[in-house]
Amino acid sequence: MVTSGPETILSIDKLVVRYRARDTGPNGKLAVDRLTLEVQRGEVFGFLGPNGAGKTSTMNVLLGFIPPTAGTVSLFGVPVDRPIARQRIGYLPELTYYYRFLSAEELLRFYARIFGLPAELREQRIDMVLKLVELEHARKKTIRTYSRGMQQRVGLAQALINDPDLLILDEPTSGLDPIGRMKVRSIIQRLKQEGKTVFFSSHELGEVETVCDRVAILSQGELKTLGRVDELVRQYECDLEKIFLKVIGYSSEP
Amino acid sequence: MNAILAVATLVIKELYRRKDFYVLFVLTALITLMMGALNFFNDDQVVRYLKEICLLLIWISGLVIAITTTARQIPAEREHRTIFPLLAKPLTRGQLVLGKFLGCWLATGLALLVFYLFFGLISASREHVWPILSYGQALWLHWFMLGVVIAMTLCGSVVFAAPSSNATIMLVVVIGILLIGRYLNKVALQLDQPLQTLVYTLYYLIPHLEFFDVRDLVIHNWDPISWWVCGGATLYAAVYGAIFLIAGWLVFRRQSLG
Repeated sequence: MVTSGPETILSIDKLVVRYRARDTGPNGKLAVDRLTLEVQRGEVFGFLGPNGAGKTSTMNVLLGFIPPTAGTVSLFGVPVDRPIARQRIGYLPELTYYYRFLSAEELLRFYARIFGLPAELREQRIDMVLKLVELEHARKKTIRTYSRGMQQRVGLAQALINDPDLLILDEPTSGLDPIGRMKVRSIIQRLKQEGKTVFFSSHELGEVETVCDRVAILSQGELKTLGRVDELVRQYECDLEKIFLKVIGYSSEP
Repeated sequence: MNAILAVATLVIKELYRRKDFYVLFVLTALITLMMGALNFFNDDQVVRYLKEICLLLIWISGLVIAITTTARQIPAEREHRTIFPLLAKPLTRGQLVLGKFLGCWLATGLALLVFYLFFGLISASREHVWPILSYGQALWLHWFMLGVVIAMTLCGSVVFAAPSSNATIMLVVVIGILLIGRYLNKVALQLDQPLQTLVYTLYYLIPHLEFFDVRDLVIHNWDPISWWVCGGATLYAAVYGAIFLIAGWLVFRRQSLG
């Protein structure tokens, strides 16, 4: 059993996720196998793994989208099946198409209302996050007119609307051009400086190496390695990309 | 409650920013006005036919608006993946279902209000009377009937992934209930067992939407129905609406969204 200290923001203990479907046999498909990890306050934590490693399944359990087959997951010490656990988090999903008939301002107002922010604070937060993601100029334009990069930034804005203590980002830079990536990266770094906890999955290992304090590498549902980025680099004597390939057992040679 | 209202407001905003309602309203208005311009056989009672056609169009439009608006709500959230940032907030699935229902019901109510105002204006211009109480009762009962339809469609939308299949099934079911629901007990009498029990059970299980149809009252300018009947029908709709919403929520709360 993992003991959650006062600084533990996210705690996953022996998490098992197994999907049952007609084509997966009687035992189903094991997506996550006894995963245990903790994320401390103020950390930027990279959650890595090849496609099908179990990252999205873990995130889905974290956010209450799917129930765990076994194990416990809590946010701020509160089990994730209770909606109150999500009061202090912000979540940016991968590839989301926000309500196209709304403007950025209206979208953020809608999400702020769900958090129950009072009207005055709501407007202040909208101004603040739109400035942060550099979308002030397009705040009244409907989302259907936004480029892919702008949509990703409006996604980031909605994740920040409640001034969350924990940000969960699923592939925050996927599909973005280099400028868009740089902007998202600088926002994450700024949030880190503000003492926010960030938990994010990404395939951009250079980016992970730049912004993350610690990383966990998953493969076939199992946690292969967990540690501080600088320590892993020292231990393996190579960059994160090579560490990643080594840990998941990938070899380019036939 | 704030979260439920936020979801409901979003649904209403979506309805008036889409073109469906305006198209149906313009069509209804055009057909009614065209029919109103004609006077077959110099019949001085022709206004009743005009009212009948106008009300029929309002009923069809109301059903189309209620079913199509509701059927796309949860499937569209899934398709566009907006359900993920939404449910990652402190919003329960029950609140989402309730918010969607409230939004669709209020949006349909607003659309009905516009339709009935138009109907009132048309009939007042011809008959020079405005039995506002009868119109109010007809609107009220129609709105509550659509509340049952919306709850039923919402329940269907968590079961059927495609909004088009849900909308088609609901339209067939609702029209079926409206046309033959009241005769099912008579049909049952002519059947052998066990089919008789089956049809009887169906008769007692289905929401009898025809209870809410008081178009004749408006067309023939009859006296308003008594308030206890109106109250009973309201309660009947509330019970059926609640049953469908609870059923939808029970299915949705266990659904895996990953």
